[in-house]
This record gives sequence, C-alpha cells and structure tokens, in this order.
Amino acid sequence: MLRDNRIVLGLAAAIVLLPLVMPWEEKPSFGGSDDKASGVIEEVRPGYTPWWEPLWEPPSKEIESLLFAGQAAVGAWLLGYYMGRRSRRRDGDTGRQGTQRRARDARP
Amino acid sequence: MHIMEGFLPPLHAAGWAAASAPFVIVGAVRLRRIVREKPEARLLLGASGAFAFLLSALKLPSVTGSCSHPTGTGLGAALFGPSVMTLMATIVLLFQALLLAHGGLTTLGANVFSMGIVGPWVAWAMVRGGGAVGLSVPVRVFLAAFLGDLATYVTTALQLGLAFPDPATGFTGASVKFLSIFAVTQMPLAVVEGLLTVAVVNWLSRNSADDLRLLAEMRGEEKDSGHVA
Repeated sequence: MLRDNRIVLGLAAAIVLLPLVMPWEEKPSFGGSDDKASGVIEEVRPGYTPWWEPLWEPPSKEIESLLFAGQAAVGAWLLGYYMGRRSRRRDGDTGRQGTQRRARDARP
Repeated sequence: MHIMEGFLPPLHAAGWAAASAPFVIVGAVRLRRIVREKPEARLLLGASGAFAFLLSALKLPSVTGSCSHPTGTGLGAALFGPSVMTLMATIVLLFQALLLAHGGLTTLGANVFSMGIVGPWVAWAMVRGGGAVGLSVPVRVFLAAFLGDLATYVTTALQLGLAFPDPATGFTGASVKFLSIFAVTQMPLAVVEGLLTVAVVNWLSRNSADDLRLLAEMRGEEKDSGHVA
C-alpha cells in the first residue's frame, strides 16, 4: 500500500483537506501554532517583551505570503529539475544523454 | 516550531547556539566531502535540500484548528545521514529568519537544534533501527519522517518550557502546555510529512537506481544492509 504513490499522495491530500471540511462547532482561526505559543508565554510570564526584534519584517500579510510562495516555488523547481533529469523515458534513456543520442540518431 | 525572535532569554539563546554550532560545522565538512568525492551526488543532495525548502514553506491546517508546517528533513537524513541535513535546515531557518520574520537570529541556535539536529537524528536512527528489525523500506521511511517531524516539535515545546517555567507547575507544567499546542497540532502534519517522504523515496527507487547505488557506495556497505538505498 505504501509503495503505491497514488494511495500515498491521495491519503496525504485527504489529511491536509480534512480540517477544512470538518464540521466545526465554532469555526477555528487556523492561525499559526507559533503565535499560539506566544499566547502561552504571555500567560506564564505576563508582560514578557522580546529583547530583540527581527531586522526586517514583511510589510504586509500579502508580501509574507509572496515570500512563502517563493520559498515553496524554489524548492519545487529544484525537486522538479532533479526528477526531470532522472526520470526514465519509455525507451530506457535517462536525462540529457538520451536526448543527445536521439538527436544524433535522427540525423540522416 | 519557530521560536520567535527575542523570545528566548539571552542565556538560553547563547546556550542553544553553542550546542548547535558543532553539528552545523560537522555538517558543512561532510557536505564538502561528499561534493568533492562524489560530485555525481550533487543533484540528489540538491533535491534533498529542495524537499526541506519546499515542505517547510507549506503551512498546513491541522485538526486542532491551527496551522503548522512540516520540516522536510527526514528525506535527506535517510539518504545522506543527519549531519548534512543540519546544514540544510540552518540555511532554511536563516532564510526564514531574515526574509520572513519567522523564527529569528537570536533563536536560530534553538531552532536549528530542533529542526536540524533532533529531527534528522531521530529520522536517521529510525531508518537504521527499522532495518535491523526487518521493516520494509516504505514503512521505515514513513516512520523516520513521521517521528523526525514530531521530535522536532516536541523539542521546541521542551525548549520553551525550559525558558518559561510555569510559576505554579514549573518546567513540567509549562512543557505540557507547549506540547499540547505543538505536538497535538503536529500529529496529522507529521503523518503527511511521512507520506510525502515515502512518495519521493518510491519515486527514487523506480527512477534513480544509479543514485541509490551511489549512496550505498558512499556508505561502503552492501546494498541490503538495512538501509534505504
């Protein structure tokens, strides 16, 4: 079962989507768990102020999501590049060598 | 799992940085050696780093009603060992601290310790140990990534408990509070991380036989010595 990627990826997608379609008694905020932790810190040590500030913060939620999307895109691009280089073609050739060989063979 | 900038007392921040530094250095040395001796492994190394980069950018919803993200370090730890992933995680965390105000420079040492050291080492130990007791490769990879992800977040909770003990219940009470946020939220996400890591390893075993042989060579072992490759 774990060897079949259709099942594996389908299951992963289902788990990610589940919280979004679950019948909630009251709709959750889906905020970050990091923020929740600072709530507990406030509870345990009221009035704690961070002694250091980030050097730069994204000026808005939108810019922040842009940067997160950028991070995901770079990761996905490199992963896709690897998979493209290594994926088996049906004729058993892999990567650039296969392309070059086929190009050579195609010449009259 | 990101402890936010300035949220660890200076002494704690310095302590975790000192604890993490040697691991980062060893990771850098190992990475350099792999690149020098096995340049053909560079592509897979890059892909392992890319996987961590991708997964740690995804904030996923959890059944607790808050969001958190996977770490993506289990894959590289299973393939290359934990040290290399320490360095990769440091790069990811530095990027997020500087550009996303996620985590921070003062808390970098603590965050590297959880995501770059504890997580990858737990994952790697699981891959090795699972081989010793004869679990199949996909099951081992799943457990490695799942437990590595979870261990990362448990570490964060304990780090915060240590820094902010509850006035009434102390370190234990505070840790339970932080664990109830991090570990519970992380459960389904750790399962997702396990599944995604298995998917990549399945793909590798079908398409990258050469790379996996290379990994086996690098470890200087037989192909079936209880390892992923």
